[in-house]
Amino acid sequence: METYWHSVTLDRDLCKGCTNCLKHCPTQAIRVQKGKAKILKERCIDCGECIRVCPYHAKKAVADSLEMLKEFKYNVALVAPAFYGQFSKTESVDVILSALLDLGFDDVFEVARGAQVVTEKTKELLASGELMKPAISSACPAVLRLIAIKFPNLIANIVPLKSPMEISAEQARIEAVKKSGLKPEEIGVFFISPCAAKATFVKGNYTVKKSEVDGVIPIKSICIKMSRSVNKIAEENVRELRNAGKSGVIWATSGGEAESSGAEKVIAVDEIHNVIKLFEEIEDGKHGDIDYVEALACPGGCVGGPLTAENSFSARSKIQRICKGLDDGMLPFDETIKMFWDESIVYRPIMNLDSDINVAMQKMMKIEEIYEGFPKIDCGSCGSPSCRALAEDIVRGYARETDCIFKLREKVSALAHDMIELENLNMHLPQTNKQEGN
Amino acid sequence: MAELMKLHYEVNGDDFTRAGETSSKVKKTLNQLGFNPEVVRKVAIAMYEGEINMVIHADGGEIDVAIAPEKITVVMKDVGPGIPDLDMAMTEGFSTADHSVRELGFGAGMGLPNMKKYSDGLNIETELGKGTTVTLEFNA
Repeated sequence: METYWHSVTLDRDLCKGCTNCLKHCPTQAIRVQKGKAKILKERCIDCGECIRVCPYHAKKAVADSLEMLKEFKYNVALVAPAFYGQFSKTESVDVILSALLDLGFDDVFEVARGAQVVTEKTKELLASGELMKPAISSACPAVLRLIAIKFPNLIANIVPLKSPMEISAEQARIEAVKKSGLKPEEIGVFFISPCAAKATFVKGNYTVKKSEVDGVIPIKSICIKMSRSVNKIAEENVRELRNAGKSGVIWATSGGEAESSGAEKVIAVDEIHNVIKLFEEIEDGKHGDIDYVEALACPGGCVGGPLTAENSFSARSKIQRICKGLDDGMLPFDETIKMFWDESIVYRPIMNLDSDINVAMQKMMKIEEIYEGFPKIDCGSCGSPSCRALAEDIVRGYARETDCIFKLREKVSALAHDMIELENLNMHLPQTNKQEGN
Repeated sequence: MAELMKLHYEVNGDDFTRAGETSSKVKKTLNQLGFNPEVVRKVAIAMYEGEINMVIHADGGEIDVAIAPEKITVVMKDVGPGIPDLDMAMTEGFSTADHSVRELGFGAGMGLPNMKKYSDGLNIETELGKGTTVTLEFNA
């Protein structure tokens, strides 16, 4: 398992070394060093905030391309429900899926079907009363990564179900084997993704022993290729491909999953900073009366994902209209598919100052001392996200006090003062000698 | 003699939305120091309850935290009205918080009971009209 593989990466040539990503990163995973941003891999949760805010498009999500389809004999597009909201001129799921087939896929599979199956299982678990309250949805991969590094006490609250993407991939492969007569390994299953964190999850095999997804292709790269064909597809070529019901499709927007869960007391939180705030409160013992929490890292939910093409508000509106025309009918999944995680999320205490608590305390006191001397304006010019973070970086050995431009100015000014003093002293000396000589 | 780290905070009395700021800071510090997450959670919950109490009943106050590798001590001091009946105050569900406070979702009568439940030692010194000092101890 490649523990620290990340989808979110930096294009150094495009990076101007500004502080936009630095200030927005929810886990303080970015530093600017020598004029270029740097992602601290162990802290990054692949939420994609930096991709969203970078004005120079230097932050990117590494994912797969359609080229990869050549590696398999039969290819299935695993379609995230957010994909349905990406096209300005059509809201027909059948049209959208039919046009997608033309890009070289042999079949399509709606992840919304997987979302329906997860919804039913979640309902069952909520009714059993065995979940720790408030139960937290496991759907958003960036949120799971956030919990793993920042909220160890909430790991037990997560409903340990595989993601709709993962179980859909398993079902898609089973169905493809039946249709094609090929071996499972000859079938390529590609997730058409609104988000970077999904790519990280697939490549890192998080919560599963081995992901059933063979590749992750960004929605926006598919949209470019489909932008014309989706409007020109002949009526006779539109196939009836949609099977998923409303309770799954609505997962694309924030609040959708919560609504589908049927739970009485639910909270639906979206946008990573809002998620952090709510989780802090849950950790403090608040919201113990809440049954279920839907937490999505992107603003507006998956339609707001960094790899989507359409404005998230417009996409949301389209998804809502699509859902109005749908019932809750669902196709069953194969009974052999395991719904629960193969592996649990493990706490990674990456914020720890030291493994020895005594040493950690000494470091912490040093941090406080250094921090007190800083201007506390969090300007970011030093390359750390805040004055406090710079103090930590200094104690961890990554930075120097003079990285702070105010501290540097103080030092320069003190130095200048010393030089003047020295100069004064020198001017004085010959005169003294003269006097002594007389 | 083990190292002792001391933190001092002022709790603002007139702003509900800020109650929890101190416990949040302490939580972050304890996490960075590498304390067991379960211990950190207990400190956070008990401190949060204490902070809310200070805001609801006593117009704020001061919090001192002493951190040693094996023990965390939190002293929450206010100059509020004091607790008239401590036994009652320790009863789950008993609350003297007024209607406006309950409207905000606080004042469920779980403050002191939760502070007792989540700490390894609770000491309360209170005097009517003078104030209250709550000392919480946690074994790390």
